[in-house]
Amino acid sequence: MSGTGSKINDFVVRLANVNGTGSASANFLFAKSIFRSGVFMTPKNIFPSNIQGLPTWYEIRVSEKGYLGRREGIDMMVAMNPQSMMQDVMSVRPGGYFFYDSTKPLHPQFKRSDIHYIGVPLMQMCNDNYTDARQRQLFKNIIYVGAFSALLNIDLQIMIDLLAEQFKGKEKLIEPNVKALNMGVDYIKANYKYPLEFHVEKRDLTKDKIVIEGNNACGLGAVYGGATVLSWYPITPSTSVAEAFADWCHQFRVDKDGKNNFAIVQAEDELAAIGMVIGANWNGARAFTSTSGPGVSLMNEFLGLAYYAEVPAVLIDVQRTGPSTGMPTRTQQSDVMEAAYAGHGDTKHILLFPSTPKECFEMTAESFDLAEEFQTPIILMTDLDLGMNDHVSDPLVWDDKRKYKRGKVLTAEQLEKMERFGRYYDVDGDGIPYRTIPGTHPTKGSYFTRGSSRDEYAVYTEDSAAYKRNVDRLAKKFETAKSKVPAPHIYNAKNTSKNAMLFFGTSTYSSEEACDLMKEEGIALDMIRLRSFPFSKEVHDFINSHDKVFVIEQNRDAQMRSCLMIELGIHPDKLISILNYDGMPITADFIQRSVKKVLAPGKVVAAN
Amino acid sequence: MTYVRPKFRHPELPKNKLGYTLSYYEGALSTLCAGCGHDSISAAIVQSCYEMDIEPHKVAKLSGIGCSSKTPAYFLSNSHGFNSVHGRMPSVATGAYMANRDLIYFGVSGDGDTASIGMGQFVHAVRRNLKMVYVVMNNGCYGLTKGQDSATADLGSKSKAGSVNPFEGIDLCGLALELGANFVAQSFSGDKHQLTPLIKAAINHNGFALINVISPCVTFNNNPGSTKSYDYVRQHIQTTGMADFVPIAETIEANYNEGTHKKIQMHDGSFLTLNKLAQDWDPTDRMSAVNALHASRAKHEVLTGLIYLNAQGKDLHNVLNSAATPLNTLKEDVLCPGNDALKGINEEMR
Ligand SMILES: Cc1ncc(C[n+]2csc(CCOP(=O)(O)OP(=O)(O)O)c2C)c(N)n1
Ligand code: SF4
Ligand SMILES: [Mg+2]
Repeated sequence: MSGTGSKINDFVVRLANVNGTGSASANFLFAKSIFRSGVFMTPKNIFPSNIQGLPTWYEIRVSEKGYLGRREGIDMMVAMNPQSMMQDVMSVRPGGYFFYDSTKPLHPQFKRSDIHYIGVPLMQMCNDNYTDARQRQLFKNIIYVGAFSALLNIDLQIMIDLLAEQFKGKEKLIEPNVKALNMGVDYIKANYKYPLEFHVEKRDLTKDKIVIEGNNACGLGAVYGGATVLSWYPITPSTSVAEAFADWCHQFRVDKDGKNNFAIVQAEDELAAIGMVIGANWNGARAFTSTSGPGVSLMNEFLGLAYYAEVPAVLIDVQRTGPSTGMPTRTQQSDVMEAAYAGHGDTKHILLFPSTPKECFEMTAESFDLAEEFQTPIILMTDLDLGMNDHVSDPLVWDDKRKYKRGKVLTAEQLEKMERFGRYYDVDGDGIPYRTIPGTHPTKGSYFTRGSSRDEYAVYTEDSAAYKRNVDRLAKKFETAKSKVPAPHIYNAKNTSKNAMLFFGTSTYSSEEACDLMKEEGIALDMIRLRSFPFSKEVHDFINSHDKVFVIEQNRDAQMRSCLMIELGIHPDKLISILNYDGMPITADFIQRSVKKVLAPGKVVAAN
Repeated sequence: MTYVRPKFRHPELPKNKLGYTLSYYEGALSTLCAGCGHDSISAAIVQSCYEMDIEPHKVAKLSGIGCSSKTPAYFLSNSHGFNSVHGRMPSVATGAYMANRDLIYFGVSGDGDTASIGMGQFVHAVRRNLKMVYVVMNNGCYGLTKGQDSATADLGSKSKAGSVNPFEGIDLCGLALELGANFVAQSFSGDKHQLTPLIKAAINHNGFALINVISPCVTFNNNPGSTKSYDYVRQHIQTTGMADFVPIAETIEANYNEGTHKKIQMHDGSFLTLNKLAQDWDPTDRMSAVNALHASRAKHEVLTGLIYLNAQGKDLHNVLNSAATPLNTLKEDVLCPGNDALKGINEEMR
């Protein structure tokens, strides 16, 4: 277990707060100060579907080795919420720390003999120093962050600098915040031995990195990818994609006359949202929507239309815990099948699976190219964990020479030279026809877009042969896509084992970590990370070249495994599922235990 | 089966200012039942576009699903068309309009398409005031699925099979007025003289323009006892007056009589003149329009003509403050902030 080794730059702190008390910005200050100390950290928001009053937790894993997945076991609990106090006490590892507000003595029921207690009279200190109730609340958060600076050996100047950046333009607020930080520091220094055995030592590991939420990166990716139209309907955890796009647009897309080079409509529902996206793309603009599982369900009919009528569309699905409303503020990878085959009749869609904010940025931008190249919906499959949590990421880059790939769109000049335009004619033999944008040419190029069957010239027909030619061409187009969508990441050029792990999206960090841990114990595994659907030949070959492939995913029904079986015809015995679906991000410990149960039953250590 | 209209035309046919004959504005041969009201509406659309010297390729025609929604195939064959999904044409039209503010948008829908499955989208298209002509071909039934009552069927209207509709009918014009629509008109497919100038004015209107056209379904809802049959509508029709649309370029020659005529200036300076028959009704006053509708309903009359017009509304692009250049024409140089901007963003995220 990782906690039993070095305690420097390797521990987990969990903060228990009450939703709506302003703890978020203080907690982020804490997390960011670790990042600025040059050490990797991974914060996770664990929050309820509620605006004010229910418990929320903020969990920070500190990892010198750069493991960015969640880790089990809490080394320090910061108990700011009386409501969850009992649960919080019980969740601390033996030997760990429990930090609480000691204004009132701690009730004996919260006392454990195997953990340490650190009490700071936060409420008392606030009451003595501030008169306004809201101020008391806000500064209480800053005082405890100050206390951590001493307890965890975080350079106070880093925190002060962060505050100064946060309050740029509102400089008046800096001084009282610094004062609150110091109150926390001073109390610890006067009353406790510091730093704790768990603490931060400065390193130089994160200098080139950035900290960003996946949803923010998606919003920015849409701006860089040339999206001009967004239509969306609010739903956690996707809302911040739309909000980020709007913010970035206001920064980069307002022309010198103050006019917007973008249009955003908050739709009446997800049906309308995807309808607008289809209308805009049909009319030649790059348009997208963002939603989560329930929204994808509503969009099914329209997605089928876009597939069949061959209209580009980009949909960002920030997955959450289903079915139905499920646990709307918890994470899962459980829309895989619904997205892959959304729509009635024979439909299939191109899916992309980002696993870092950098990929959120890049793949969102790329989605618009793919949507136009293949004239079909592209669904970006991110999730709450990636979208709504901050992640340490490589910086974002853009090649200024890059041109948007608009696909096979005919210009007026090209139309002029044509005998007859056939909208659904497979000219190039790749299944991808040529399209025209409304208004291009006075007499050539107009056609009727419809969800009903038509011939190569877009003329309505119920002729069976014509229908079949068309759907077979669509299948061929999907085949063409296999080699054009983002390739899987195969970690070793040559196989090192008979066994392998296959994963995608936010299961990546923990899978990589589990692989490292097992390697230390002599269990070797190859790894492949899927980045898209349909699966390319490399995926097929990789699986075929191994005896057992552990398919790691965050849903109950092994949806990706099903897709692999359906699309590649892989024997079920070969694909062993490792499934995490309790709503919490998957951990390396869990993956390790599950793999060992199969490969080394003697070595399984019980979870703590 | 495909139907393509024979191409031969008499060379001497009159041409409009663009040099196009009326036939240039036609579409494929209709596959609707002979006598279906919808075909007459298509003909009025053809006539209006011809008379307004519109470039057909600068028109986008969109529809949902239904017999009515098939009609865009039967007019303006040089326009792009989009036959979307049942009830969801308004959202597709909204997206299309967001992408390119320079085309003329024709939405065609049925009463089932608009007042049932598409009610949500219709309502929101009205309140967003996107610049489009929204034509409802209203036959009080679902033609394409063989005659079931629709939500606009009047209470007590009798179906072909003899059953009596037990529910209140939805009045789309009244609803649109309530939602703040700035151009509301009602007409009858059998009255092309009234319908054509209304369509022309609607095209010219700077915002959402609803024309609810009673359009009898000869196959399923033209029987005695139906309130959407040719006979019933002819017997109960009342009109607010004849509208005459005068484009900005033309001067108004006729001398209109104050009191019985009303001249409404549209946003671009063109005029809609009304030969006003209804006495205590002012087409520029929303309350008065609502009253006129209610009064005629109480008398079991079908009120047709222009019902309400406010030429001053702000259309969707004005509300969104969009650039004048259509969004679908913008390129990388305008759309992509580039790597230097990204470097700055990275710096802020450290
Ligand atoms: C989602 C969906 N449900 C049902 C249908 C079947 N359907 C096709 S047209 C129609 C009714 C059309 O009525 P209306 O809009 O009044 O058009 P009309 O045929 O009367 O002109 C229905 C229910 C469909 N195409 N899609
Ligand atoms: S069924 Fe009715 S609505 Fe449909 S085409 Fe025939 S007459 Fe027209
Ligand atoms: Mg109907």
